[in-house]
Amino acid sequence: MNVLVFADSFNGSAVKAAHEAASYGAKIANGGNTSIVTYGEISESSMNELASYGITNILHANGINDMDPARLAKLVEAAANETGAEVVIFSHDYTGKSVAPMLAARMKAGLVTGVIDYPSTDGSFTVKKAVFSGKALAEVKFNTEKKVISLLPNSVGKTKTEASANVTVFNPDLGTSSVTIKEFKAKGGEGILLTEAELVVSAGRGLKGPENWGMIEELAKELGAGTACSRPVSDIGWRPHHEHVGQTGIAIRPNLYIAVGISGAIQHLAGVNGSKVIVVINTDSDAPFFKAADYGIVGDAFTVVPKLIAAVKEFKAAQA
Amino acid sequence: MNILVCISKAPDTTSKITFTDGNTKFNEDGVQFIVNPYDEWYALVRGLELKETLGGKLTIISVGGADYEPILRKALAIGADEAVRIDANPTDSNQVAAELANYAKANNFDLVLLGKETINYNGSQVGGMMAAMMDVAYVSNASKLDVAGTTASIEREKQGGTEVLEAQLPCVISAAKGMAEQRIPNMRGIMAARSKPLNVIAASGAAALTETVSYTLPDAKGAVKLIDPENVAELVNLLHNEAKVI
Ligand SMILES: Cc1cc2nc3c(=O)[nH]c(=O)nc-3n(C[C@H](O)[C@H](O)[C@H](O)COP(=O)(O)OP(=O)(O)OC[C@H]3O[C@@H](n4cnc5c(N)ncnc54)[C@H](O)[C@@H]3O)c2cc1C
Repeated sequence: MNVLVFADSFNGSAVKAAHEAASYGAKIANGGNTSIVTYGEISESSMNELASYGITNILHANGINDMDPARLAKLVEAAANETGAEVVIFSHDYTGKSVAPMLAARMKAGLVTGVIDYPSTDGSFTVKKAVFSGKALAEVKFNTEKKVISLLPNSVGKTKTEASANVTVFNPDLGTSSVTIKEFKAKGGEGILLTEAELVVSAGRGLKGPENWGMIEELAKELGAGTACSRPVSDIGWRPHHEHVGQTGIAIRPNLYIAVGISGAIQHLAGVNGSKVIVVINTDSDAPFFKAADYGIVGDAFTVVPKLIAAVKEFKAAQA
Repeated sequence: MNILVCISKAPDTTSKITFTDGNTKFNEDGVQFIVNPYDEWYALVRGLELKETLGGKLTIISVGGADYEPILRKALAIGADEAVRIDANPTDSNQVAAELANYAKANNFDLVLLGKETINYNGSQVGGMMAAMMDVAYVSNASKLDVAGTTASIEREKQGGTEVLEAQLPCVISAAKGMAEQRIPNMRGIMAARSKPLNVIAASGAAALTETVSYTLPDAKGAVKLIDPENVAELVNLLHNEAKVI
């Protein structure tokens, strides 16, 4: 079947999750055409990289730079018509969450968001997603010919092929924008985007105060990890809001989540229980987080974390 | 200003999640339901604040059965003026969005607010679908909202930063953390809520386009492997050689 993948970009390159979505789309197409629709400024090398996941065509709307979800939905709809796509794939990230529902409504297509695995296509087309904040999985069946899926990042990985794609400039008439972007305030710092991080170091109220985050940032830097925190920590302003993970913050599913001085309340776990491996460092051996952990150290963060930083440095030196 | 806030019910965040009917239905037995936190804490409270400063009326709306009424009463106690329940037991977001959009279109709302997602299905679907069905602007995941005249000024979190933007009313906005602070209903509010209108209207019969065929619980985690705090290097070793994540 023909598949269309929407690829969002940031600072001139496709976002990391778009590569996984491209690879996912090509697998579903199973020999049919897999096309990508993207927009705004995006470098040729980034488009080549996208293509290498098995993409036949890239439609590039170089004429739009803003992010009005209504216009992007019209763009993707036009691209779906152009490419005869039966399935449209988004990444379940900020952009995907705003555009996919608008597109599904326009196309009268069924929509399943936050999908974590390849569809099963024998007889009916069903996909799997996490529900109840990760406490259960649901198998959801499409009853429509056209289908829209948003893929939870870091769910299926990606496979390169030998493919190279045709790039076509594609600027259909999208009408006027219904929103006006005034400003974009980039997050300060060099840190890795939490939503894209494969490794995450996170800390909670057990750290006692914002002045103690130096070691968390250092551990993250040594590992090449993003940083996160529990809700009370962002509520009292020790850490910025965008680091708050959990039921009321963002949900992440990195390969490794290291939780330091976080008790592991159910609402916190809801945002991180999709992590592949969880490490917990806590003074209290009864902290609920240990029940959700793969590895644990019962000990004081203020002595364990510096030792861990030293051990990671040693490991890296030995690998080099 | 005429404001509509869409309300969903959700199981309390500490609920035990189990299923019935051959794992096809969420088991509501003994489950305490709450107003979906994003709908209540952010969308409803910000809607009330806007109404308080700009004047107008705030209506809350749900698509659901009679079991929705305690949830709607709670939202009325927080300060909404009246409630509407569209009588249906929807099975997917398209069905919910189509019913809500129908009502919103027919009743000339300036602003439609709702939470960025529910905590049970985590879909982030209804707001965007509604906006497309109503053919109005949509801004998702807004952490700040102000309205002056017919212009909404919004901040939203997105990849790598915060976007500051404006949208023309009418529009649909989904609310995230930061937009407002939770309000606890007081006794007066709770009493007043009992006599506020709660209108039940018939559904238009919108269709579900997807269907949940089964639920499963994730595999239980094996026991945690504890590492001696005096031997932290062992953790690095395990993460590299056993878990293969570094
Ligand atoms: C509706 C609702 C939604 C919520 N949503 C979220 C959410 O999205 N995200 C979220 O995180 N929370 C959320 N919460 C709050 C949640 O219930 C917990 O209160 C919160 O996660 C606790 O944060 P914490 O673990 O940092 O702090 P605490 O619970 O205070 O835990 C601190 C931990 O640090 C340990 N500790 C103390 N000193 C040290 C030390 N020196 N070294 C190592 N460990 C130490 C302690 O043993 C303890 O386990 C929500 C709550 C509700 C009711």
